Amino acid sequence: MKDSNNQEQRREFIRKGFKFGLVATAGGVLLTKYLSTSASASESEEMVELMTTEGDLVKVPKSELQEHHNASAYNPREGFADKKFVMVVDLAKCKNARKCQEACNKGHYITGENAWLKIYKMQESKETSPYWMPTQCQHCDKPPCVKVCPVDATFKRRDGIVLIDNERCIGCRFCMAACPYSVRVFNWEEPKQEEQASAEPYTPDFCGKPSVKGTVDKCDFCPHQTIKGEMPFCVKACPNDVFAFGDMYEDAVTNGSGTTFKLSELLKERGAHRLMESLGTEPSVYYLPPVDRTDDFEVGLENYTPYESVKKDTEL
Amino acid sequence: MKDYDKIVQDLAPKKFGFWGKIWVTLLCVIAAFAMYAYYQQLSQGLVITHMRDYSLWGVYISNFVFFVAISLVGSLVTAILRLSGANWATPLTRISEVIAVAAIVMAGLTIIIDMGRPERFYNLFIHGRLQSPIIWDVLVITTYLFISLLLLFFPLLPDFSILKKYFKDKPKLSNWYNRLSLKWKGDDRQVKIYNKSIYTLSVLIIPVAFGIHTVTAWLFATTYRPGWDSSNFGPYFIAGAFVAGAGAVVSVMFVLRKAYHLEDYITDFHFDKMGKLLVLLCLVYLYFNVNEYLVPAYKTTEEEADHLKELFVGDYAPMFWIVIVFGLIVPVIALLFKKGRKPLPVFIIGLFVVVGAWWKRYLIVTPTLLHPFLPVEGVPKEWHHYFPTGLEWTITIGTLSGALLIITLLFRYLPVIPIHETIEELEAKHQLKAQKNEK
Repeated sequence: MKDSNNQEQRREFIRKGFKFGLVATAGGVLLTKYLSTSASASESEEMVELMTTEGDLVKVPKSELQEHHNASAYNPREGFADKKFVMVVDLAKCKNARKCQEACNKGHYITGENAWLKIYKMQESKETSPYWMPTQCQHCDKPPCVKVCPVDATFKRRDGIVLIDNERCIGCRFCMAACPYSVRVFNWEEPKQEEQASAEPYTPDFCGKPSVKGTVDKCDFCPHQTIKGEMPFCVKACPNDVFAFGDMYEDAVTNGSGTTFKLSELLKERGAHRLMESLGTEPSVYYLPPVDRTDDFEVGLENYTPYESVKKDTEL
Repeated sequence: MKDYDKIVQDLAPKKFGFWGKIWVTLLCVIAAFAMYAYYQQLSQGLVITHMRDYSLWGVYISNFVFFVAISLVGSLVTAILRLSGANWATPLTRISEVIAVAAIVMAGLTIIIDMGRPERFYNLFIHGRLQSPIIWDVLVITTYLFISLLLLFFPLLPDFSILKKYFKDKPKLSNWYNRLSLKWKGDDRQVKIYNKSIYTLSVLIIPVAFGIHTVTAWLFATTYRPGWDSSNFGPYFIAGAFVAGAGAVVSVMFVLRKAYHLEDYITDFHFDKMGKLLVLLCLVYLYFNVNEYLVPAYKTTEEEADHLKELFVGDYAPMFWIVIVFGLIVPVIALLFKKGRKPLPVFIIGLFVVVGAWWKRYLIVTPTLLHPFLPVEGVPKEWHHYFPTGLEWTITIGTLSGALLIITLLFRYLPVIPIHETIEELEAKHQLKAQKNEK
C-alpha cells in the first residue's frame, strides 16, 4: 500500500500536461547528465525527451546520450540486474488471430503439438460473454515450478524471467504438475526440429534452441529478442496489439505497433488482473478485461481448433 | 534338542520345487519383456507411453506410490508390532521385512523409469535443492532402504550361524552363511548388542516410514491441483499404505506357507490375527477416505466438483466404486466373521485389498491431472484421456514381477520364519512349563 500514494502523485504530475514521451525500453539508454547540462546546450542541438525513473519527463541533448549495452555483464542464468520484465495482455483486443502462436512456434522452432502460447476460449458463466484469452508462461514472482524443481533446472532470474536449463532437466515433470496455468510442455519424443539456426553453444535463455527429448519447454519471455532491442515474437506478430511488453522499473510497456503506455496507469485505468491471483503465485503477466471489445467474439471462431494444437512450422 | 533339529530342518531354506522353478521362470520372462519395453522407451522417449502434457504422470507414478505404500508394512509388523509387544507377529517379521525391501527397491527403480532423462539421475545429488519434495523423497527413501536392510539383516545373524552348521555338507553355501553371520557366536555381549541394535532400528524406522509416505503424499499435496491440494494427504496415504502392506503380507504368507510347508509355524491363529488387524486398518483408511471426499463434496467448489463428479459418476466411477467396495468395504465385512479369517479367505481378501490398493493409486494420480484449472484445449483429442499403452503395462507389470522375484529369490536363501527367535520362544515356553511343574 505504501507505493500507491507515491504512484498517485506521479499520475497527477503527468496529468498536469506533461506529454508522455518515448521511453527507451529494453537494451536501454542511459541518461548521463541531467537537466542542468541541457540548459546550457546550444539551441540548434537536437533534443530528446526522456522519462526519468521518477516518471518525470526531461529534455536532454541527443549528444549527451550514450548507448548502454550491459551485454558483458549479462549471464543467462542471472538475467539483467536492473530490469523486471512484464507483459500486459489486452483481452478486449484479442480476436484469436493466432499470429502470436505462429510466430512463437516459428521463432522457437517448436514442433509437434507443443505450442507454448495457447489461446483459450473462455467464458466465466452462461450469462457472461465469451472471450479469447492468450496464455503463456506467467513468469511468476513466486513460481511454484521453480519451488518444486529438484535440480535447479528451472530457475528465476533477477529480471523476473523463469527459464529452463534443458541440459540439466531430469524430466521428472514435477514442475508441470505444480504449474496451475498448464503452460509447460514436455518433449515426449525426439523433437523434429529441422531448421535449427546454427551450432551456437546452448544457452537456457533461448528456449527451443534446441528442444531436448525428455525435458520440459515453455515460453521464455524472449530475452534473446530483448537483448537485440526487439519485442518478443508474440508481441511483434499480433495484428491487434493485444500484447504489450516492457520493464516494470521503467513503468512502461510497448505494444506491437510501437505505442508505449505508462504501465501503472494502464493497469489502474483498465482494471487489470492477473490469472488466479488467489494462488499467490504473483505472475508478471497482467490481463486487461474484455470490455469495450474492438470486434465480435465470433470473429475468432474461424481459427478456433479445440483439438488441434497449432499450425506447424511446415505449414507456415 | 530334538525340537531344535526339527525346527532347523523345517525352517532352513529349500531348493525350488517344480512349481517354484516355473514361477521363477515366469517372473524372469516377464522381467525380460519389461526390459525390452524399457529399451524402447529409452530409445524413443516417453512417447511410447500415453502420458502427454496434461496426463503428465501416469501409471509409473501410481505404481511408484503403490510400492512405497507396500514397503511401509516392514515398519508396521517388525517395528510397531514388535515395540507394542505383539509377539504373535514374530513369525511374520521376516516376510514383511523382505516385502518392504523388495518394494522399496522397485519404488526407486520405478521413479527412474518415469524420468525423461534417467541418465541425469546424478543431477539429484550434484544439483539437488532442498526445497523440492523430490529431494526429500530421495533422502528419506534411501534412508528407509538402509534401515530396512539392516532390520532385515540383523535378526538374520543368528540364523546365518545356524544355517552355516546346517549346510555343513555344502561347503560353498555354508561358507556364504558363515561370512554373512559376521562371526555370530551368541555370547552375552553379542546378544546384548544384537538386541539393542534391533530395538534402536525398530524405533528409528517408524518416523522414517511415516516420512517416506508422507513425503510421497506431498509430491501431490504441494501442488495446487484440485484432488491433490489437501492437508489430509499425508495421514490418508499412510493409512492406505498400512492397508496395502497388510494385504501384501497375508497374501505372501499364505503362498510361502503352502510352498515351504510351514503350517506348523504360520498357523490359522496368525491369519486370524492378521485378519483382525486388517479390519482395523481398513476402517481407519475408510475414515480418511470419507474425509478426503466428503468435505470437498460438501463445498463443491467448481474445480473440486469437476474432479469429484468424474470419480463418483463420471468416467472413473466404475473403477472408483469397485476399489472402495471390493478393496475396503467387502474385506471389512468378510473379515468380521470367524470363517472369513481362515487362511484361504484371508488370502483371497488380501489379494482384493492389494489389487484395490494398486488401482486406488491410479485413481489418485490420473483423474486429477486431467482437470487442470484452465480448460484442456488446443491439444489432440487423445490428450484429453489417459490409459496406459501396452508397453507401459509391460514395464509396470515387469516392476511388479521384479518385486515378486526379489521376494522369491531372497526366500530361496533366507529362512521364512526366524529360526533363532522361534527356538528362543520355544525354550522360554519350556522354562515356563518347568517352573510351573516345580511349583
